[in-house]
Amino acid sequence: MGLYRPFAELQNMTTSESQLISRDDRQTVGEQFVEDARMTCRDVNVFYGEKQAVQNVSIDIGRHEVLAMIGPSGCGKSTFLRCLNRMNDTIDICRVTGEITLDGNNIYDKNIDIVSLRALIGMVFQKPNPFPKSIYDNIAYGPTIHGLTDSNSELDAIVESSLVKAGLWDEVKDRLDQPGTGLSGGQQQRLCIARAIAVEPEVILMDEPCSALDPIATAKVEELIAELRRQYTIVIVTHNMQQAARVSQRTAYFHLGDLIEVGYTDKLFTTPRHQLTEDYITGRFG
Amino acid sequence: MSSSLLLVFLLVLSAIAFHLGRRKALAVGRASGSPRSLHSRPVYYGALTALWCGLPAIVLFVLWQTLESTVIVRLTLSTLPDEIRSLPDASLGLVVNDIKNLAAGNSFGGIKDPAIEAAANYYRHLQDIGSLIQSGALTVIGLVAMVLGLSRISPKLRARNQVETVVRVVLITCSTIAIFTTIGIILSVLFEAIRFFQHVPLTDFLFGLKWSPQTAIRSDQVGSSGAFGAVPVFTGTLMISALAMMVAVPIGLMSAIYLAEYAGKKVRAVGKPLIEILAGIPTVVYGFFAALVVAPFIRDLGARFGISVSSESALAAGLIMGIMIIPFIMSISDDVINAVPQAMRDGSYALGATKSETVRLVLLPAALPGIVGGILLAVSRAIGETMIVVMAAGLSANLTANPLQAVTTVTVQIVTLLVGDQEFDSPKTLAAFALGLLLFLVTLMLNVTALYIVRKYREQYE
Amino acid sequence: MSQKQKTTIEKVNKGLARRYRAEKRFKFMGLSAIVLSLTFLGILFASITYNGYTAFEQSWVQLHVFFDPELFDAKNLLRADYDGLVKKSLRETFPDVKGRSQKRKLYGLVSSGAAYQLQDMVVADSGIIGTSQKVWVPASDDIDMLMKGHIDRTTPESDRLVKDVQLGWIDQLIKEDRLQMRFNRSFFTAGDSREPELAGIRGATTGSFYMLLITLLLSFPIGVAAAVYLEEFAKKNRWTDLIEVNINNLAAVPSIVFGLLGLAVFLNFFGLPRSSPLVGGLVMTLMTLPTIIIASRIALQSVPPSIREAALGVGASKMQTVIHHVLPLAFPGMLTGTIIGMARALGESAPLLMIGMVAFIVDIPGGVTDPATALPVQIYLWADSPERAFMERTSAAIMVLLAFLILMNGTAVLLRNRFERRW
Ligand SMILES: Nc1ncnc2c1ncn2[C@@H]1O[C@H](COP(=O)(O)OP(=O)(O)OP(=O)(O)O)[C@@H](O)[C@H]1O
Ligand SMILES: [Mg+2]
Repeated sequence: MGLYRPFAELQNMTTSESQLISRDDRQTVGEQFVEDARMTCRDVNVFYGEKQAVQNVSIDIGRHEVLAMIGPSGCGKSTFLRCLNRMNDTIDICRVTGEITLDGNNIYDKNIDIVSLRALIGMVFQKPNPFPKSIYDNIAYGPTIHGLTDSNSELDAIVESSLVKAGLWDEVKDRLDQPGTGLSGGQQQRLCIARAIAVEPEVILMDEPCSALDPIATAKVEELIAELRRQYTIVIVTHNMQQAARVSQRTAYFHLGDLIEVGYTDKLFTTPRHQLTEDYITGRFG
Repeated sequence: MSSSLLLVFLLVLSAIAFHLGRRKALAVGRASGSPRSLHSRPVYYGALTALWCGLPAIVLFVLWQTLESTVIVRLTLSTLPDEIRSLPDASLGLVVNDIKNLAAGNSFGGIKDPAIEAAANYYRHLQDIGSLIQSGALTVIGLVAMVLGLSRISPKLRARNQVETVVRVVLITCSTIAIFTTIGIILSVLFEAIRFFQHVPLTDFLFGLKWSPQTAIRSDQVGSSGAFGAVPVFTGTLMISALAMMVAVPIGLMSAIYLAEYAGKKVRAVGKPLIEILAGIPTVVYGFFAALVVAPFIRDLGARFGISVSSESALAAGLIMGIMIIPFIMSISDDVINAVPQAMRDGSYALGATKSETVRLVLLPAALPGIVGGILLAVSRAIGETMIVVMAAGLSANLTANPLQAVTTVTVQIVTLLVGDQEFDSPKTLAAFALGLLLFLVTLMLNVTALYIVRKYREQYE
Repeated sequence: MSQKQKTTIEKVNKGLARRYRAEKRFKFMGLSAIVLSLTFLGILFASITYNGYTAFEQSWVQLHVFFDPELFDAKNLLRADYDGLVKKSLRETFPDVKGRSQKRKLYGLVSSGAAYQLQDMVVADSGIIGTSQKVWVPASDDIDMLMKGHIDRTTPESDRLVKDVQLGWIDQLIKEDRLQMRFNRSFFTAGDSREPELAGIRGATTGSFYMLLITLLLSFPIGVAAAVYLEEFAKKNRWTDLIEVNINNLAAVPSIVFGLLGLAVFLNFFGLPRSSPLVGGLVMTLMTLPTIIIASRIALQSVPPSIREAALGVGASKMQTVIHHVLPLAFPGMLTGTIIGMARALGESAPLLMIGMVAFIVDIPGGVTDPATALPVQIYLWADSPERAFMERTSAAIMVLLAFLILMNGTAVLLRNRFERRW
């Protein structure tokens, strides 16, 4: 833990210095740690073969908070996000070091079961990816494979409540048996969110969930995120800084595999502490 | 001059024409100022001259080659005495064969009919004259056309455009060959099949339960004996194909799944080409294997348990055919499974599904149309497969549902009816074409459906 | 709420063991499917090799032949009684053989080809008349099978093709070193024969060669031309759709149907010579064209449009663009498709049965219009023969065929890997 700046020093920097931290300094600044964290990440490094995509990232994810991750394309946001529910295991050449815990248990520990881990940490992807099945079967997929229900009526209830939570129920309740691929892009994305919450995860990871959606659909998904926060912990990657500002409590800024700065969202966007962060949010970064 | 030599000669002539044309174009270009004043580059003038020289001659050559023998035979026959000329077609064919053999110098047996010997001499004479005329005519045409082509060369001649037009026409012709092949197939089986159905009613053929073309010939009771009922042949084909699919589909599909989802990169890099090579093993090899190893093995196995198994059992043929089709199913399923987007897998894994759940519940349903299309293509293959069944399945058309007995198939019957020396007109040989027509239609339906399904499937994920 | 979460994860965990068992089962099924198909193929290769490798060796018997001048008529050396020479030499080797049936058994030791061999020797050099020569001649197929262990000495004599007396003679010959196993050259240099020990694959391979030559000469240019037209020039319309459906369908039409086409069109309509590699080549051309066209189109599609645009941009005509820029880049892919098509044509036999390339032909064809057979058809013909020695030769011929095919397909795969370009 010696690598981290003492909390007091950080406080000092934010309050007393108007000077921005220079571009060459790649150590994380800001409120990267919280008390009562749901998930903690320490010294996380990710490699694709020889190539390192994420370096020494340490950050906490709090209970019932929305953490936004921003940064230029290719800086490793998705890569880091996928570490949180071990989706990177599906990529042969990908290797992860460091420690990531959920409720105090290291998720990379040998005796952690990847299936139950992913049941606890759901994920929503950039492009809506409903299965080529009916709307009902899409939602029922998770509960069925995990054996969460004992009867059909229970399953019906889960499907309904998930769709209601995802704000999709009214739009699709009459055509649950039609293919999920037949919905509009925004509806598909909400279907995917509903699918993720149908297994009642504790954390939901979202990788640019709105990048394929129009503004109206985006607004709906954002509303949904605000709603979901009451029950779940959410980590969201976004390219849209307004979106990060609207939905998140804290924001983390990544740059070329480094976690540069973490801060309370309103502060980070108004008074960034790192030169790189400021470059990015003022649009100076290519 | 033999025809291949003639062809070479024509090609050489065209090459000379090319050279001359190019030279002339260069000269013309220089005469009228600079080479730039030519419409096209000199090569194109050369190519155009070569086309002038070669194209008409080669067209004539092909026409001549296809028509020559018919014309000569007609002329020869017209010299024969009337009593020979009035023979029925079949016997006349034999006479023609005798004449040809005699003319070619291999006289079998003691045909000492002076009329035929005279005809043979005349035939040979005609052949000689024909080839002389052909060589002469082609040379003259080639030369005249070349001179004509050369004389047309001028700076304004749009040589490039003309050459390109010709090339284009050639390209179009080549691409229509597929259509002509299909038409050729349909016509060639259709005509003979229609002649067959003049002897044997269509309903008897399609619904008759007894198939024994051999007896039909002997008892001289063609249509009425009902020996051309093809139902046992169909059921035999179906049984063997079904057995083959029962072997090939599960094994091929599971192997493909393992290769696509479980195996590491290295295994896949070795596995795929290996499968392609395996898919290239000729079916005659499988047929030999079936007859040599599998059929006796199954028979002995049956004997051990006191079950009598025919040594040409449908089981052995079906089993081997299934093994033959495994690589086919495997490579199609592999393509289809790989075409399912990674996002589907990610979506499933992110929900906590295991690999097998992902495969069974997401990938396979998503890939189903493609797999079904592949299976239909495989069925079409099994139905049309010939060598394995010819070597390992039986000849007798049993109407049975027992895979341990011998059954026969459409392709086996086509082969047995057509191989050997038959007159071309007997219902027996015509029956082969009727079966061929049926085989073509059924596989056509399967193929078109399958290709349509696969195409739709591909488009879905593009 | 936290209570509810607990129950969810508990439910998940409860099912885990069962689900992992299912996972294991499934994976095991996949693995066994692969192992099973590889086992089948292993057995196939093993049994063919096991049955066939002995065919590359052949038993030879040494005869001491006296070319008695009295037997020869200088004007007609071909007419001499060579069969008698062989028999006499055998009788002299085993002087105490008496009786007709014994003698017949004795003569059965050597192949009927021995007489022809002596004839060839005399025709080649008439100077040997009047001399005594030691000549190695092929043993008969039964003896060959015995030497190779395919006939068991311990079976009762009545069930055995080689009788006890013959065993005695054989042992004596072996002791005198006059019965040897040698490399079977005639398997590669001889045509077909009714006698297994004289039969070779030269005729069939030559027939296959001529046939493939015709196929290659026709199908490669036509296939490439068709692909170029469809991919580069044709507009997408009903007509090209029809062509495309036709091509795709033809690729899946049973090969025997092409045989029927060849029979009806090339033989009966155009009157081309039956059993000739020419007709075989034409049929194979029609059959392989779809494969070549499809592969060539894929090769053309993989050439990026930017290259065409660049060429058109500097003022090349469409035709020049294709010939100068697109074709060279697509060439390896087209070649790969062609090799695969050729390999398919080499292994194909069903259509050849229809056009008469299935006859018993001893002579080695000298041109594309001579009667011929092809390697796979030769295999089919031999497989039908009852003699044990033909089974061995069938397997050996299969080994040769497979070697060719693996060579061709391997080349195609290598070529593709070598030239596969990522743009
Ligand atoms: N499967 C992979 N194999 C190899 N390298 C990869 C792989 N996935 C990502 N990378 C590399 O890792 C780095 C980080 O990629 P990542 O997808 O995490 O970026 P990102 O921040 O999500 O970008 P974007 O905003 O464009 O989504 C990139 O340089 C990328 O090239
Ligand atoms: Mg990303």
